[in-house]
Amino acid sequence: MMNKMKWMLALTSCAVLLTQSAFALDIKTWKTSNGVEVLFVESHDLPMIDVRLAFKAGSSRDGELYGVSRLVSALLVEGTGDYSSEDIAENFESVGAELGHDSLRDMAFVSLRSLSDTQPWEKVIDLFARVSALPSFPQDAIERDRKSMLISLANRKKEISSVAEDTFYKNLYKNHAYKIGRAGTTKTMQAITQKDLKQFHSQYYVANNATLSLMGDLTLEKAKFYAEQLTKYLKAGQKAKPVAAAKMADQGETIKVPFKTSQTHIIQGLPVMRRGDADYYALYLGNHILGGSGFSSRLMQEIRENRGLSYSVYSYFLPMESNGPFQMALQTKNHQVAEASQLLNQMLTDFIKEGPTAAEIDHSKKNITGSFPLKIDSNKKIVEYLSLIGFYDLPLDYLDSFNEKILAVTAEDIKEAFSRRVKPDQLIRVIVGEAS
Amino acid sequence: MIKKLFLLSTLFTVLPLQANTVESMLENGMKIIVREDHRAPVVASQVWYRIGSTYEYDGITGVSHVLEHMMFKGTKKLKPGDFSEIIAANGGSDNAFTSHDFTGYHQRIASDRLEICLELEADRMRNVIFLQSEFNKELAVVQEERRWRVDNKPKSKLFEQFYATAFLSSPRRIPVIGWMGDLEGLEMQDAADWYQQWYAPNNATLVVVGDVVADEVIQLANKYFADLKPSDITPPKLRPEIAQMGERRIKLYGQTANPYMIMGYKAPVLVGNKDKVKDIYALDVLSAVLDGGSSARIAKNILRGQEIAADAGTSFDPFDRLNGLFLFAGTPNEGVTPEQLEQAFHTEIKKLQDTPVTQKELDRVKAQVIASKVFERDSMFYTGMQIGMLDSVGLDWRILDTYVDDIRSITAEDVQRVAREYFDSSQLTVATLWPEQENK
Repeated sequence: MMNKMKWMLALTSCAVLLTQSAFALDIKTWKTSNGVEVLFVESHDLPMIDVRLAFKAGSSRDGELYGVSRLVSALLVEGTGDYSSEDIAENFESVGAELGHDSLRDMAFVSLRSLSDTQPWEKVIDLFARVSALPSFPQDAIERDRKSMLISLANRKKEISSVAEDTFYKNLYKNHAYKIGRAGTTKTMQAITQKDLKQFHSQYYVANNATLSLMGDLTLEKAKFYAEQLTKYLKAGQKAKPVAAAKMADQGETIKVPFKTSQTHIIQGLPVMRRGDADYYALYLGNHILGGSGFSSRLMQEIRENRGLSYSVYSYFLPMESNGPFQMALQTKNHQVAEASQLLNQMLTDFIKEGPTAAEIDHSKKNITGSFPLKIDSNKKIVEYLSLIGFYDLPLDYLDSFNEKILAVTAEDIKEAFSRRVKPDQLIRVIVGEAS
Repeated sequence: MIKKLFLLSTLFTVLPLQANTVESMLENGMKIIVREDHRAPVVASQVWYRIGSTYEYDGITGVSHVLEHMMFKGTKKLKPGDFSEIIAANGGSDNAFTSHDFTGYHQRIASDRLEICLELEADRMRNVIFLQSEFNKELAVVQEERRWRVDNKPKSKLFEQFYATAFLSSPRRIPVIGWMGDLEGLEMQDAADWYQQWYAPNNATLVVVGDVVADEVIQLANKYFADLKPSDITPPKLRPEIAQMGERRIKLYGQTANPYMIMGYKAPVLVGNKDKVKDIYALDVLSAVLDGGSSARIAKNILRGQEIAADAGTSFDPFDRLNGLFLFAGTPNEGVTPEQLEQAFHTEIKKLQDTPVTQKELDRVKAQVIASKVFERDSMFYTGMQIGMLDSVGLDWRILDTYVDDIRSITAEDVQRVAREYFDSSQLTVATLWPEQENK
């Protein structure tokens, strides 16, 4: 016999049980001799190693040279010392290792995934260290990468989802370092020089501005040795200055962007939360109920399941180094824009005013705490969490205490935090489509 | 040579899938494949049905995918939405996917909750209730999904038209999401009939990967699925692609800043081509020689080198159910035409036809395949996906274990031979996308 109640009732104790689970991460930390903070988790289940070296060197450090962080990141693998782009690629790929690099708004990182018995391992490590610390920024590669980034930038302006996102950030962060994302602007991408790249790199790709995360099939002793090797060419340097706080607009605003399409995109939100914010757990749990839990969320239930207005509808808080956005979004065919938009606003104001029900809180707490082991069920996820914890200076028990903190949140906490932090009359709303 | 030593030492550390994977079949014909992985107290549970867009025909395209949506809309015992709500309350996440050759339903959840997934999946294998009001809403949602996935993305539209040009009689021409006109005309009965026809234990496979004991999973599966009655499943008509008699070209205009181009040659897959296994793995190696990283030929010669393209690559999938294409695609650089990018691809093809690939390139491809086999095991979900995909098209999942050896057996001569045989201009289809204003 099956009925829904049976499955719901049988599990009332689950949240508590999993909080006390022994499935926890044993994170070791130390500093390299030149000052890089290291986080390490040992695991011998798979014969592989993951490395992630993160710098506070994302686009929020671009200054007026929008896109410079992204171009620096791309050029890391285009030459170092006597090694050309091709030599670098060959050295990693010939042993099946994967070298990665990317730059976001806050973070830039270099990553490596490799078999633990890779030979010659010392060479791979040494080249990783050179790529991160000693890129040569060859002029021909600068021009090549610049060209391909200008093309993707031009295409961004024709893609409705990118237009919506870029317009949203531009208006949410009018005088702030998050205004322009990593893609930069056409004008600045054309203007960046080799000198600018070298300057950016020498300022931000330094030991005191770096966090190294290591995960996998190696002992603590070996990890300590490798950590030194992986970072040995980094100059000590200075930690980057914190990104200034972003101000909320005094008055909300609706920005309409005309776009030839059969389906309009809506994004709305405001800057809210930093990593490590005191309201994090209340806002996280509240949003899980409002629009963060997929099919269980209020937004999905009403806008998709009950009304069939949109395929995708969600909300989230993106805590960042400075106050990252709270964001709600959906896409709907042009003539339904008014209905969908009105509904989105109504649901937000209702939620702020009335808060969640006890049943919703109970359901979301069960989902969040019960899904804890899924957060760290692979080396990839663990190394990414290590990087997040190190980069944002989160407590080492961030993961282990997560469930406890979520369970402590009450309906009143959520209502209070939402009404204090999320102001509907200050929302920046972007509507891209033909209905505009 | 260091490289040789490396290859050998690595091979021994790779535990074959077979060592901890168990396959079983219930009396009603439902297959169970369990892979034990005790790294974390979680499980990936997936029910695969051998049904997808390549089973569809004109007029009802997209029905497999619409049906996938309806599977969340209630059964005789559950109300619409209850399925996901129960999984969520148990700390799990669930979703589904539809492809050319299969439809899958999956949950990721703490391993002590697996039984819930199995009970719920068994229920909706046979007991889905089709409500007109739910169907109408869901059809609207799927149409929004199509606008979002395809209609608003010129490259996606190009790929859709490209496949419909390259394939005339094979159902490979049908897009998984369906043509908008067919979606508009789709009726609830079409989805209900499709469910009756294809959703049965003897057309399904349960794949479980995670912190479980295989025998216990099989017992649980038996408890929930064994009572379900099998159906008479009539395999779909073959509908083979007619022989291509010459090159085909289409040109599209769309909201794009830069042109884009795709070209593809007809190529065989493992299913139904026992005599061509060597060719197929050789094409797989060839694809990696061209596009297996930043040291591969396309990156070296087309992206760097001549700087013809901003991005470019190849794609070949030996594990589809029906014969497909060996693809080349890319964005030409500013000032470069799609024709010039096409020419650059042809130049690379000519080199492969004229000169054997180097040992260094083959060694690199093999090292990558060996490493990626280990890396793939990091994700239980992905491991399950691989097993399920192979099984759904009628291949033995154990070829995952022999894959490394199959790739290792490919020689430079094999690669040269298939380059000559399959890259034949009469088998070519080319599609280009141009910025709209040039249309005027």
